[in-house]
Amino acid sequence: MDFTIEFDKQQIESIENILQEELIDMGVQSVILMDLAGNVIVNLDSGDKGHDVFSLAALAAGNYGAVSAMANIIGEQEFSLLFHKGEEESIHFSKVVEDLLLLTIFNKDVSLGFLRLKVAEAIKRIQKLL
Amino acid sequence: MALINPKKKEVQVKIVYYGPGRGGKTTNLEYINQHFKKRIQNEMVTVKTYGDRTLFFDFLPFDIGEIKGHSIKVQLYTVPGQVKYNATRRLVLRGVDGLVFVADSMDLRREMNIRSLQNLKENLETFNKNIFNIPLVIQYNKRDLEEEGIPILSVDTLEKDLNNRLKAPYFEASAVKGDNVAATMKKIIALTVTSLRKKLE
Repeated sequence: MDFTIEFDKQQIESIENILQEELIDMGVQSVILMDLAGNVIVNLDSGDKGHDVFSLAALAAGNYGAVSAMANIIGEQEFSLLFHKGEEESIHFSKVVEDLLLLTIFNKDVSLGFLRLKVAEAIKRIQKLL
Repeated sequence: MALINPKKKEVQVKIVYYGPGRGGKTTNLEYINQHFKKRIQNEMVTVKTYGDRTLFFDFLPFDIGEIKGHSIKVQLYTVPGQVKYNATRRLVLRGVDGLVFVADSMDLRREMNIRSLQNLKENLETFNKNIFNIPLVIQYNKRDLEEEGIPILSVDTLEKDLNNRLKAPYFEASAVKGDNVAATMKKIIALTVTSLRKKLE
């Protein structure tokens, strides 16, 4: 199945507000809401660092697909925690709905537990808008 | 389908270079990356395995300006051509807006071209897409090999094998030398953007 999620201006603004409140204001550096084709739907950042979000999204979509396929091979529907830890920066992936992913980039000032909590809250609020 | 952001007035268009392994898909993108450097702000991303073959995909994003008040971001992808990487190919095809089929003109690769095109049709069907309804350009690559005395297929033969029913626009090209690489890209962008025009109105 191909996806056809379309967003109007108001939805995008509401999503931006949620991501700003729940994540950016809490110290997260960058959030990308993207689809599994690798398209960037919403991108917000704290302004400290300019990452190449389009390349990141393309690779994240491929990565997510690969990891999902690995899950299927070992008999899992999906892996619930997808997280890459770096020395300074880390990336966290979360599924929002079927074809949407939320990518969060954060540094060591933010704890993973706290981030997961905030991401879960943000996702719950975004799901209500879709 | 292309992603339209009505707030930023931005459209993201996904164009995929498909074809048999070692056919020149990555070389097409490398040429574009080198020769259109001014328009390309980001680095080309490429995921390779040992031996310099594409494992996942290559990815090259750039802006082509505005259409109907929307800025158009074109994203070029290649798929891994090797037969065993079909799962990855399907992944890259997700949400595709336009396709370039890069066929290998070498005599030896005749069968591979036909199989790869068949594989493309099947993979599109898993996304409920029909190869006849999607913008498509065919590129007969490696035409320059003739000068080196390597046997290549005639364009007539390639047309009969691959484009008999599709009737897609085609180019004779040499990705290594850059012949018709830009023409192929411009054609697929034009076709894809035209197919999106209605959505932007």
